[in-house]
Amino acid sequence: MSPKSKKEKSKSAPVFSAELAARFDALVEKYPVKRSALIPMLLYAQDEAGYLSDAVVAEVARRIGITELEVRDVASYYSMLRFKPAGRYNIQVCTNISCMLRGAYEVSERFQEELGIGPQGVTPDGLFSLEEVECIGACCWAPAVQVNYDFHDEIRPDHVLGILSGYRGKIRPAEKDPAKEPAKGTPPHA
Amino acid sequence: MPEVTFTVDGKKLRAPAGTLLIDACRKAGIEIPAFCYYPGLSLQAACRMCVVRQEKVPKLQTACTTTVAEGQVFITESPEIAQARKATIQLLLGNHPLDCPVCDAGGECELQDMTFKYGAGESLYAEAKHHRDEQQWSPAVFYDRPRCILCYRCVRMCGEGMDVWALGVSGRGADSLIVPNQPNQLDCEQCGMCIDVCPVGALTSGSYRYKTRPWEMTHVSTVCTHCADGCTVTLGVRQTSDGSEIVRADNRDKNGINGDFLCAKGRFGFDFVESPDRLRQPLVRSNGRLEPASWEHAIRLAASKLKEIRDTRGGAAIGVIGSNRTTNEENYLLQKFARTVLHTNNIDHERSTDYAALARALAGQSGKTASLRDIASACAILLIGGNPTDEHPLLAWLLRTNVRLNRARLYIANAKPIKLTRQAKDALKIKSGDYNDLPASLDAGRSAFAKAIRAEGSLLVIFGEEMRGEAVEKLVAWGVKRGNVRFACLGDHSNSRGAADMGLLPDLLPGYVPVAAPGAFSEYPNLPATPGKSLPQMIEAAGKGELGALLVVGADPVATRKLDPTLFNSTFLVVQDLFLTETAALADVVFPAASLYEKSGTVTNTFGDLQLLRKGADRAGVKPDFEILVRLAGGIIDDIKTLVPFGQRGVTGDLGQSRGAQAGEADRHAIWLEANGLEPKLSPFDPLAILDEIERLVPGYPLDRINLFAGNDVHTKLSSPGYVPVAELAGSGLIAPAHDTLFTSGRLGRWSEALKQLAQHQAKELVETAAD
Repeated sequence: MSPKSKKEKSKSAPVFSAELAARFDALVEKYPVKRSALIPMLLYAQDEAGYLSDAVVAEVARRIGITELEVRDVASYYSMLRFKPAGRYNIQVCTNISCMLRGAYEVSERFQEELGIGPQGVTPDGLFSLEEVECIGACCWAPAVQVNYDFHDEIRPDHVLGILSGYRGKIRPAEKDPAKEPAKGTPPHA
Repeated sequence: MPEVTFTVDGKKLRAPAGTLLIDACRKAGIEIPAFCYYPGLSLQAACRMCVVRQEKVPKLQTACTTTVAEGQVFITESPEIAQARKATIQLLLGNHPLDCPVCDAGGECELQDMTFKYGAGESLYAEAKHHRDEQQWSPAVFYDRPRCILCYRCVRMCGEGMDVWALGVSGRGADSLIVPNQPNQLDCEQCGMCIDVCPVGALTSGSYRYKTRPWEMTHVSTVCTHCADGCTVTLGVRQTSDGSEIVRADNRDKNGINGDFLCAKGRFGFDFVESPDRLRQPLVRSNGRLEPASWEHAIRLAASKLKEIRDTRGGAAIGVIGSNRTTNEENYLLQKFARTVLHTNNIDHERSTDYAALARALAGQSGKTASLRDIASACAILLIGGNPTDEHPLLAWLLRTNVRLNRARLYIANAKPIKLTRQAKDALKIKSGDYNDLPASLDAGRSAFAKAIRAEGSLLVIFGEEMRGEAVEKLVAWGVKRGNVRFACLGDHSNSRGAADMGLLPDLLPGYVPVAAPGAFSEYPNLPATPGKSLPQMIEAAGKGELGALLVVGADPVATRKLDPTLFNSTFLVVQDLFLTETAALADVVFPAASLYEKSGTVTNTFGDLQLLRKGADRAGVKPDFEILVRLAGGIIDDIKTLVPFGQRGVTGDLGQSRGAQAGEADRHAIWLEANGLEPKLSPFDPLAILDEIERLVPGYPLDRINLFAGNDVHTKLSSPGYVPVAELAGSGLIAPAHDTLFTSGRLGRWSEALKQLAQHQAKELVETAAD
């Protein structure tokens, strides 16, 4: 074992990729106070790691110089930040008033039937997860569904199968080489 | 800030511009209700209870965030405002369980009081309340989640006040919760301040919850028995079949030297008083075993034996060891008993810092000592050695508060990194042996630290046991030369300072007067003029069989100095203590003594602030050390009035009978007598008789009686007439500091189950956190 790898092992494994770490290094310098970088950091970290694991929370706290508890306080306020792994594709069905009136619950139920999971569930293969969200600002095209960072609007229950197969299609070539495709969310910039 | 004039409810008020309206109103006696506002903490404006109407402003304003300016007009009570406050309470009660009859805070709950005032007794909500189970975060802190009204006082107190940051708020809206820093566990200093500031019964105390109702207790404001800061602690006491027990200790009145603050020891460490291990009757050794005996028999035996040894072998064959936790009156009486009754200067106590050196070094100076209150307002403070966060929690609180609210400049010179460094403007790491050279390096040093200290206009210097003897002298000389410096010296335990001030020292009389000083304490009969044996010398003499008798009051030298149990085989050993300590187990006679919470008198904190104790608890079988000493002396001398000057004006008193219109109002009359220094002192066991003598004879103890008896702290002056070089004091080698943590208290803490549990909890948390 070379001295270098020994040194790396004595520190714990890096939580973020080198690219993201560099991005964070720049981000904390950008604001008058470091803690202003907290929410963007949490979002980017979640995009990479899939969710805010204990390791992610600890690393973000360390980089900003606040306690882990303060990171959790902020993160728990926002519904888009999560502490448990979601599926590779996180389906968020808006059920606020416009969407609800135009059949959001029927859409949500159809997703549940097709995926065989409950309203807050994750499929056993980790591919899809489902949740209800508050208004996502697409009232003119209600009902709306957000899958990761993609919008699908004016959805009817019979669109559900097509949406799901679209995402299944995206994953297929990668599944031939599973090592290349870690199970995590796709950020829009990926 | 210039003063401005503004109008509240038609009354013209004046306050400095920028004062918060809520503070200005409270000062003028206009009460504005608030849940989230807490003086000294950051502003939250979360509860909306303090809304007021401001002229020319369209909406109601929160008084806790409105600053006053010239010509403003406010209305604080009107039907509109009452309706707004009522609506706020209705919202809070939407989820707050109305379990007031079983809630700890019932009767002392701000939400209850406000509901009573604004009449939101019935709920307009049909929805079921959202119940969540109660959580236990530590042995000290429980969280009843549905009762929480999310005022964030606890979060801010823990973070800003304590600098611990162990509490946070998770979630949002109706799902918000106060959360601790570990999963459902608190890893913190366990001070219990969060419980104290909670306006409702959401945070409750492990030691008090579900024990009693607030109105069933008598609340006695006295001084904490643990560290040397002298916090006021309010004991909630309740009658029992054999006296009265302490059910709760907290900072209910917030009127002491400690303001809002109280630490874990003061709040939870009172349970030693109720320990089943307390001695309840005197013990006398017969056939090699300690057997229970009557007070009469034990006193007669001890007194006759002490008298016999004094008369046959002389006072030099008798030793006396005093306590760090007995009152000034008891300490004074003990040394007077040793010197005038036993004819010996062999008197000492377990020293925790070098007060004598400071007194000597300050001889001839006046106004050079700092009171604890000065810490809260000083502009610049130099802290040398020690770790106040653990050893002097109130001092640490005041330093943090002064830095946070007044931007005081704190300089720390320490061999170890301490938590207060976070508040420091600058910190100097010094080698542990280099404390003695600090003054010289501050004078000549080119470091930014030394330059900053030199540039300060006035300076308050606090030092601990690291500086002793000549080091103290050098420091004081440096400070006096520099000018505008005041000093404070840190020791351990509730009355170490009193023990030293009252002359529990072989070479110094009360007030640090040398035993050989001509004319000192001339009214004492037969005062021995040569210095006696120090504590180690007495132990050595006992080992050689030269010590005929040893009287130990509230000390445990066998345990602290790990002595051989056979050491006292040829010594008649008399012990007064709360528990059967290792020393008491070897004694020939043991007297069960009352704790500091079970007696009245005065104590002096390490800063020299004198405070009055009030008797809280009471239990059958024990007696205050004062009474034990008077009874012992009664068996040795004929005229007890030469020891305790009671009944100088006769032994019948006017308890109100002769006051005409106020006849029979003994309480009011007693207050008047006390305020004028005319307490009757009809009993030989009344410590106030000795307080008179202390005031008359001890240099540095001229007392402001009216303030003292009103419950305020009175600063004593550390003065030492008759200059003796510090180098000639036999002291600095005898100092054995306790280095207490947040959950230990010298030899006393181990009798407190609550403190032991907290220490275990924190030890477990630390291990788990380290393993993460």
